[in-house]
Amino acid sequence: MIDTVVNSQSTPGQPQPFAELGLKPDEYQAIRDILSRRPTSAELAMYSVMWSEHCSYKSSKVHLRQFGEKAPKTDALLVGIGENAGVVDIGDGWAVTFKVESHNHPSYVEPYQGAATGVGGIVRDIISMGARPLAVMDPLRFGPADAPDTKRVLPGVVAGIGGYGNRLGLPNIGGEIVFDSTYLGNPLVNALCVGAMKHEDVHLASAKGVGNLVVLYGARTGGDGIGGVSVLASETFDADGPAKRPSVQVGDPFMEKLLIECTLEVLGAGLVEGIQDLGGAGISCATSELASNGEGGMHVVLDRVPLRDSSLTPEEILMSESQERMCAVVLPENLDAFLAICQKWDVEAVAIGEVTDTGRLTVEWRGEQIVDVPPRSVAHDGPVYQRPYSRPNWQDALQADGPGELARPSTSGELRETLLTMISSPNLADKSFVTDQYDRYVQGNTVLAQPENAGVVRVDEESGLGVAISTDCNGRFAQLDPYFGAQLALAESYRNVSATGAIPLAVTDCLNFGSPEDPAVMWQFEQAVTGLADACLQLGIPVTGGNVSFYNQTAETAILPTPVIGVLGVLDDVDRRTPMAWGPDGEQIYLLGTTRDEFAGSEWAHVVHEHLGGRPPTIDLEVERVLSQILVAGSRDGMFTAAHDVSEGGIAQVLVEMALRSGVGARLWSPDGIDMFTHLFSESASRAVVVVPRSEELRFTEMCAARNFPCMRIGVVDSGLGADAGFAQGTQVMQFGEDFTIELTELADAHTATLPELFGESLS
Amino acid sequence: MSARIGVVTFPGTLDDRDASRAVALAGAQPVELWHGDHDLHSVDAVILPGGFSYGDYLRCGAISSQSPIMTEVVAAANNGLPVLGICNGFQVLCEAHLLPGALTVNEGLHFVCKDQRLRIESTSTAWTNAFDQGQEILIPMKNGEGNFVADEATLDRIEGEGQVVFRYVGGNPNGSRRDIAGLRNAAGNVVGLMPHPEHAVEELTGPSLAGLDIIASVITALADGQVPA
Repeated sequence: MIDTVVNSQSTPGQPQPFAELGLKPDEYQAIRDILSRRPTSAELAMYSVMWSEHCSYKSSKVHLRQFGEKAPKTDALLVGIGENAGVVDIGDGWAVTFKVESHNHPSYVEPYQGAATGVGGIVRDIISMGARPLAVMDPLRFGPADAPDTKRVLPGVVAGIGGYGNRLGLPNIGGEIVFDSTYLGNPLVNALCVGAMKHEDVHLASAKGVGNLVVLYGARTGGDGIGGVSVLASETFDADGPAKRPSVQVGDPFMEKLLIECTLEVLGAGLVEGIQDLGGAGISCATSELASNGEGGMHVVLDRVPLRDSSLTPEEILMSESQERMCAVVLPENLDAFLAICQKWDVEAVAIGEVTDTGRLTVEWRGEQIVDVPPRSVAHDGPVYQRPYSRPNWQDALQADGPGELARPSTSGELRETLLTMISSPNLADKSFVTDQYDRYVQGNTVLAQPENAGVVRVDEESGLGVAISTDCNGRFAQLDPYFGAQLALAESYRNVSATGAIPLAVTDCLNFGSPEDPAVMWQFEQAVTGLADACLQLGIPVTGGNVSFYNQTAETAILPTPVIGVLGVLDDVDRRTPMAWGPDGEQIYLLGTTRDEFAGSEWAHVVHEHLGGRPPTIDLEVERVLSQILVAGSRDGMFTAAHDVSEGGIAQVLVEMALRSGVGARLWSPDGIDMFTHLFSESASRAVVVVPRSEELRFTEMCAARNFPCMRIGVVDSGLGADAGFAQGTQVMQFGEDFTIELTELADAHTATLPELFGESLS
Repeated sequence: MSARIGVVTFPGTLDDRDASRAVALAGAQPVELWHGDHDLHSVDAVILPGGFSYGDYLRCGAISSQSPIMTEVVAAANNGLPVLGICNGFQVLCEAHLLPGALTVNEGLHFVCKDQRLRIESTSTAWTNAFDQGQEILIPMKNGEGNFVADEATLDRIEGEGQVVFRYVGGNPNGSRRDIAGLRNAAGNVVGLMPHPEHAVEELTGPSLAGLDIIASVITALADGQVPA
């Protein structure tokens, strides 16, 4: 029997399964108060998914407000937080939109489909702003590289990202792959997409104009992913709990590619008044958000929704998270033209409802009313929690347990061994085994891709206008101090973008944390958000949107707090980007910034001593800003042949990556006033290595002096060292001061063998 | 009057804009062709670009090979129209029996994206006359099913008749028989290859400019009247 609105009025006492749908008793009561009756089963389904943590941000909202309250003054932001994705002005009439989202829980349950649909979802967010997607990136985190479950999760996730993303024709230009024991059982699969459009093509998710039609188009609605956001993304995994596979969606990248082209064509033809993608919470989300953002109401005839499975109930249709669906608001006189374009692309499209002036979202099924709600109460006025938070009692002990007592290499031989151990460790090892499974060439606009500092894509082929994007986070730093950890993540991403020569403009974030019901986790979250908001204000770059992922914990073990930060920058002419490979003999290698004895949370402490404690590296955002200005000015004025930010693994990692990328060796001095170990492996913030031709040296050092910024010559590119060091003539080597000399081939073998050995045969 | 080169878009084609850009950069005029049409718009040559037409469902290239536009392409190719199939386009050409053999899943079972060295084994085609015999080029390769297979007799025949146009050097990336990366038909007007010359047309975005020479070759062939226009 259908639970109609009329029926609900006459059966107020009927028991309802709100707890099974993830609603708390007080939330259920709040729904009854809003409606002045009990909800119908269809209404209960809608509220349960839309009031889930994933959709409503009920635990994070009170803190996320800081991004708005502390937003720096900027003219660059065309569309801010709250829409499907933020939109940033990059000049010449162009705008870009970008966003990072999590698909963590589904990717643990079913790695291939979880990761694949994560890509699909973020791409639909971007096209629903009116933009043509330009590129994707994937920040990923897994348990220990040698753990059996990582061998299940990582290959599936990588295959899913490639299997879906490669079929969409979007280059994958960067991201991260990080291993840590806290991610065992809680892998993080974040997906970022960036798109571009002309200013006048920006579209928003709102249903305006009474009588306008609501058109559902794309794939048919099936039984997959029902309750995905409420059941999967908003609950902690329980070791003894049931497998949750039925809640994971299944993706069809071919349909998504057709949906992209079809959407861009209907947008380009001016046939769309408002548009929204269907992701989490499916039709419930799309209809309530469109109506809530509009001015009136909406009436939906649910029988018209094309189904893959005719036995679905109306509640299931409202909750289904079947992929590759979009919803558009279309003028009645444009419907035929809209449908014709859909037909051209073999995309099924049906008008399922219309915009009304009732102020209500109503849904009918089999001729009876099953939903009658104020749309805002579903989409935007969900519960808001002031979750208790408190600094955990173990934080002091963690910060007191610094790395000072850890044994350091003391001989040249030990230093050499440390270098090889570090560059072959899973977090620092070459990632091409993974990234070579992604298409980085398609669209023909990829200027820089992994392993470069940031991905760079050309937006305008005429002018060379382009954007750079990087995503970064060191979760260990955030564990030691979530406030500064978040700032360090932002600083690293900002620095990476600057290293390519791009001017940083805007920020997106994916805040991955444990259970918000744990006051310690909530404190980490509050601290991280505050640190990030403060830093964005100081650096003058606004947060334009993002995503919060809570409940990343199995039983009592939460992940390291992992605020993944994406920074977007603009390059007036991508031809002037700075790559990371250095050039010919004689170029001078300079370090920008100050190296201190800072090893707390470092990769060295992690790899060599499995130690995590102390306080993270100090971060001075003013120093970071000047460094960025130098990197951008040096790129603009042609002072650098190469640049590389310094982060995990320190200068040693930077120099090895630059040398291997170029295939040319170098001579490195023993630095004054600091020992070789600290020089090579410290992870002090706000540093970069730049490579300067002799002809530019004076101009460069004068620029640094004028800005009162420390720069130190640490080496010189030299292809002719091999013979002197006892190797065959022409052998490329790196000479580390008086300590040791090592062949590039030995470095390459150590650096590249790790991932293929762990995860399968690499192809030559 | 510059050469008009058609670029076909199937549902799921990805590198069509890239192929059109390559055509334009090489000085020819790109013409968009639609899979559902029976009309080649009087183009002088056709490129079947890369991608995952029809999602690679059923079998790579199998559904596209039966599309309306392919009826026209096959007929025109048999009359000498220059046709280049890149990656998925190569798969379509094999499925359409314009080229022998088939492409199957890579030996390593992974999608592989890398810069690949190739040796030019035949310059007597409409698409490779600008190269030197034995010349090596570096162009991007990106595929999951680029493993060329044929029976031994066919392999011996195409080797004997000089139909191998591109061969992998510096390592076989996908297990292709006899390191074959690309083929021609007997007449030399139809060429297919797995790597992507359209991604080697600008120093900014590609590892070389060899892709421009592919397009330059067909422009030369058309100008010389080596093929019926």
